Formats: sequence, C-alpha cells, structure tokens
Amino acid sequence: MSAFNAVLKRDLLLTYRNRSEMANPLLFFVLVITLFPLAISPESSVLKTLAPGVVWVAALLASLLSLDTIFRTDFEDGSLEQLLVSPHSLPALVMAKVLAHWLVAGLPLLVLAPLLAVLLYLPSEAMLTLVLTLALGTPVLSLIGAIGVGLTVGLRKGGMLLSLLVLPLYIPLLIFASGAVDAAASGLAVNGQLAIMGALLILALTLTPFATAAALRISLS
Amino acid sequence: MWTFFHKLGSPRYFYTYAGRLLPWLAVLTLILFGVGLYWGLVVAPADYQQGESYRIIFIHVPAAWMSMFVYMVMAGAGAIALIWKMKLAEVVAISCAPIGASFTALALVTGMLWGKPMWGAYWVWDARLTSELILLFLYLGVISLYSAIEDTRTASRAAAILALVGVVNIPIIHYSVVWWNTLHQGATITKLDQPSMDTRMLIPLLIMAVAFKAYFGMVLLMRARCEVLERERNSNWVREVVQLS
Repeated sequence: MSAFNAVLKRDLLLTYRNRSEMANPLLFFVLVITLFPLAISPESSVLKTLAPGVVWVAALLASLLSLDTIFRTDFEDGSLEQLLVSPHSLPALVMAKVLAHWLVAGLPLLVLAPLLAVLLYLPSEAMLTLVLTLALGTPVLSLIGAIGVGLTVGLRKGGMLLSLLVLPLYIPLLIFASGAVDAAASGLAVNGQLAIMGALLILALTLTPFATAAALRISLS
Repeated sequence: MWTFFHKLGSPRYFYTYAGRLLPWLAVLTLILFGVGLYWGLVVAPADYQQGESYRIIFIHVPAAWMSMFVYMVMAGAGAIALIWKMKLAEVVAISCAPIGASFTALALVTGMLWGKPMWGAYWVWDARLTSELILLFLYLGVISLYSAIEDTRTASRAAAILALVGVVNIPIIHYSVVWWNTLHQGATITKLDQPSMDTRMLIPLLIMAVAFKAYFGMVLLMRARCEVLERERNSNWVREVVQLS
C-alpha cells in the first residue's frame, strides 16, 4: 500500500510541476466540442440530439490523447524498469499510475462536461446523468487504455497504433454512456445503462491491471 | 502419444508433418468446395421470397462463422503461447490473424452485396453488421501491433495479449451493439423473417461450412510453415530444407 501511495504521489507531483501538459487534453476537449456547432449547424434542435454523443466522443478522444503520458516518460527515463524490478506487485503499481492519470485527465472532464453540454443545449434533466456516466466511464477509459499503452510503450511511434488498438475496445462504453444520456434527455429511466457501466468499471478494475502488467513485462523484456 | 505431441511442438517436426498433411487437406478442401458449391448454386432450389440471390449465403454464412471461429483459435493459441511459452503456438496465433481478417472482410462484403437488393442499402447499422465490423478492427489491431514490433517473439506475445483482451471484449461488444440497436428503436431494419431452412438448402450450407474449415486448416498450415521457416532461418535444418528444394 505504501508503494501504491508513493507512486500515486510521485505521478501527481510530476504532473503538477508540468501544469501546461495537464491542461492540453482539456483544451482539446473544449475545442473538439466547439467544432461541432460550427461544422454542423447552430440550430438548438440539431445540437440537442447530437449533444450526448458529441460530448462522449470528445471525452473519449481527449482521454486517448493523454493516455501516452501514463507510461511514456517513465519508460524514457528508465523509472518504469525500476517499477518492474521492484519487489512490490506490479498490478498494484499499475493501478496507482492509472489512478493518477484519471485524477489528472478524467476527473476534470466531469467538471467541464456540463458547461460544454450547456453550449450544446443538452436538456438540464440529462446533466446529472452525463456527469454520472463520465464518473463511471472515464476510469474505464484510463484502465483499458493503459493496456494499449503498455503494449505500445516500447515503440517510437506508438500514437496512431494506440488509437487503433484501444478505440474498438471503447465501443461498448460509448454505446451505453451516450445511450444513457440520450434516454435521460427524453425523460426515460437510465438505471439499466448505469448498472451496466458500473459492471464494466468493476470488470475493468479487476482484470485490466493484470493485463497491463503483463503487457509492460513483454514490452520491456 | 505424448512424445508425439512434444515432437509436434518443435518447429522442425511441425514443418515436416504439416507438409505431409497439406496435400490431403488440399484435396479434401477441393472436393468439399466442389460438392458444396455445385449443390448450393445449381441443385438447391431457389428461395420463394428472395429468388436466386439468396445463394450468396453459401459463402456469406460460413465466412461469418469462420470469422469468429478463427478469432477463438487465435486467442487460444495466444493463451498457450503466453502460458507455456510455446514457439509453435505463437506461430499459429499470428498466422491466424490475416486469415481471420480476410474471412471477416469476406463476410462483410458478401453481406453488403446481398443487402443491396434485399434491404435496398449496402449498409445498415444493424447489430450483426456492426459487431462484425468491430471484429475486423480487432483483427487489424492485432496485425498492426504484430508488424509494429521488430522482435518477432516480443511481437507475438504482445499480439497474444491483445487477442486475449479482445476475447473478453467480444461478448460485451456483441451484446452492447444488440442492445444499442434495440434501444434506439432504429428505422426498423426490414430483415426478412427467415423461414426455418429447408433441408435441401441446409445440407449444402453445412458442406460449405466444413469446406471453409478445411480451407482454413490448409491455409493456416501453409502460413505457419512459412512463418516457421522465417523464424528458424538461422538453424541447420532450415538450411537443409532450403538446399533440398
């Protein structure tokens, strides 16, 4: 546990010292959402139907963009190898790193998303659902993404490949999340979708750290 | 019995045994395809609703079945490669990927060709079509990850992990897509109610399914043999084999 805390603290401190890097994915999130009204139409009726999907796709892309930071810098300066040879369990350390990534890249989306949803005329009844789906979904994005980063961290140009590996795995989440927000906007119950997203979160929490640890061991072997 | 298995695990024995098996498989594949295609395209009666164009199912349905079957073989071989570090399982897993991707693409293309006269559109966002498309992306991900990593052994183990992650995801993707489509109450896909199939159509379909399996076995062995030769290029037995031919 102390190792978990140490890694978490270190990662958070590192991002805090380099704040602009932290802001970039959020700026990207805002910019992508701004593009849609400009590209499609400023009509509120059109934007209202698009809002759940647009917000979620933008969140997904923003998190994808920041994924590489989970392991990349550590791989380059060699501290990732130190984590691998340390006596502590690697999946736990991976969890700490993913948690740090989520706190930096996922949590701010929860705060920003309602503001942007207002810009897209999302009905106010759906706001709470939007935040809930992001709260349940963004950790899954980070967890699944970590596997992809673990597999591609040794490659010099892993960026495009990473999105090819990870995006198909994101699809179920995207379907349930935007479906839930959509249903909430039309006044329907969303318990079912939220329950499934919770189940996905638990599944990802329990399985992905092991897959990521195995991927890292292969990448650094 | 066990020694035979252990021997088969070594690339050299695999190469010779697979080489001996190949002609038989090739003949079997040819016969099955000949019988199945003739039966399906000529003998079987036309459908009372869809006419002659239903005959594409003799290619489409086996290809779709194989697209999932090959993924399972790939993931199974990948698991064996990761757990027991068997070289041959790595070879099999990675040889499966392009074959599976081709079957998936074939299923998609034949489905689209059939969809145009039947549904009036090449593509509808139907649950099955969508999950088949995602399956294709999963295959392409495995292939591109494998080709991106230089060291073949590292590459095949990385690809195996990705295949296993995909296996956990396939049912989730499939059901999410099914529910997504029902949730949306989409513009009702006019999927024809399939009448329970006539045996005169079912038998050629099953023959074609077996023919596809035999074809898969044949191509898999061919690819795996080639891959084995490439990986073992520095060993003596490969030098002997190459000099002989």
